[in-house]
Amino acid sequence: MSRVLNQQISTNSSNVESEDALLAVSGIGFDYENVPILAEVSISVDRGEFVALVGPSGCGKSTLLNLISGVLEAKEGSINTNGLVGRAERLGNVSYMQQNDLLLPWRTVAGNCRLGLELKGVGKAESNERVERLAELFDIADVLDHMPWQLSGGMRQRVALLRAVLPDNLVLLLDEPFGALDAITRRSLQQWLLNVLDTADKAVVLVTHDVDEAILLADRILVMAPEPGRIIADIKVDFEAKTDTEDISMSLEFNKIRTNILHLLSHQESVR
Amino acid sequence: MNTYGSLQKALSEWLPPVAMTIGLIVAWEVLVDVLDVQHWLLPPPSVIAVEIADSFGFLMRHARVTAAETVIGFTISILLAGGLSSGIIWSRTVERTIYPLIITSQTIPIITLAPLLIIWVGTDITSKVIVIVLFTFFPIVISLVAGLRSVDQEMVDMFRTLGASPFQIFRKLMIPSALPNFFAGLKVAAVVSVIGAVIGEWFGSSAGLGWMMKIAGGQFQTARVFAAIVVLSILAMALFAAVVATEKWMLRKYPPIANRVIRLGDS
Repeated sequence: MSRVLNQQISTNSSNVESEDALLAVSGIGFDYENVPILAEVSISVDRGEFVALVGPSGCGKSTLLNLISGVLEAKEGSINTNGLVGRAERLGNVSYMQQNDLLLPWRTVAGNCRLGLELKGVGKAESNERVERLAELFDIADVLDHMPWQLSGGMRQRVALLRAVLPDNLVLLLDEPFGALDAITRRSLQQWLLNVLDTADKAVVLVTHDVDEAILLADRILVMAPEPGRIIADIKVDFEAKTDTEDISMSLEFNKIRTNILHLLSHQESVR
Repeated sequence: MNTYGSLQKALSEWLPPVAMTIGLIVAWEVLVDVLDVQHWLLPPPSVIAVEIADSFGFLMRHARVTAAETVIGFTISILLAGGLSSGIIWSRTVERTIYPLIITSQTIPIITLAPLLIIWVGTDITSKVIVIVLFTFFPIVISLVAGLRSVDQEMVDMFRTLGASPFQIFRKLMIPSALPNFFAGLKVAAVVSVIGAVIGEWFGSSAGLGWMMKIAGGQFQTARVFAAIVVLSILAMALFAAVVATEKWMLRKYPPIANRVIRLGDS
């Protein structure tokens, strides 16, 4: 297997908006109780692009996703997701999987999965059909009538992911989707995500503090620094064939990027 | 072996409460006899049992009246508490406006209110229903508000990102989250509601177990008073059991943790 790696680092993060950008964040800032959380953050994600945000905890990664999804209102700057500019109109049109699985304990797995469709008024029969179509792929077809408390952590995450992607929005945000899982489950889910998630027509943003996960899954990695949260590097990851996580993570290229990002992160720590 | 095991389990589960009840009844019977207490002062359980058997039709006729008042009052109480709690959760203005009134309504001794109610609305069922509602809506409101407030902000945000309207968040997230708390308040209200009915009847009525106790007490028919109390307890327990059964059914899909309790005494 031959792999070509193109690695470019632009430290000024001048994210030029391309024609094909599904998600364009420009110059947003956010304060919480007069403490600046994010300052001058600009991101542009193209159709079919998978971008990872890495950074130390407290650098505003999750806040950024809350702003993009429409849960929070930015203090300054603008966000455009496929033409949707207003905060309220983005709500319900951006798929967002939060850090915790947030499954409703009183609903079956199927009932949890179809929540997004149900809230949009899609009939139960049609919703169930769409859930069943994806359930096979998500490896939860056998547990659709189970209750969430009967599932393992890895399964719960897959249910939460299915719930998030089912409404089929063009922008998909993932906040530490595997953060709460043990290392082995985590790795197998990363592999599964690579093979299964069809993101060809979507713009995906993954927040993670796991550098390996970012390199494995993303086409581009944005490194963030805290106080206030900002983007300090934009690194392209381009393996020719991203199919096998084991192969990739053993390669020399992988380790080069890894060293680079870890250096950027640790440098930030010492500056503080 | 297996049947023996389950028998033993049933025995250990039922023996203590049954033994306790029988023990108390026997002690009562024996003490009344040994200490030679006059039956008009304190009748022994056997005399009360005979009284229940003798005036069974009479008791049932009045129990029906009290039961009807209780069920109507209890139902109105649930509806009222549901409306008040929803308002309190929905808007801060509503909360600030009605919460003080709700608290004030509970600081008024309801017993002093009952005679006034007779003057205002008469001696028909309305006055009893009002007393029952005053007695029971408060625990339901308190538990419902606590339950509706127990929802995580994260969960609410998740609903919002899926495009939920405020009403959908209320109906599909907050109400289901509040149910376990709601039933806790409902159990308190169920038991208290019967007391409300009796107090209402006490001050002005021509039927019901409360009225019966008042008349019988005035005539020193102590056994009859006790008979009415027994029927009243059974009424309250039946209402309580109905609430528990509804709770079990409505929470059947909830994780068992909701029903599991920690007992430090059982190892």
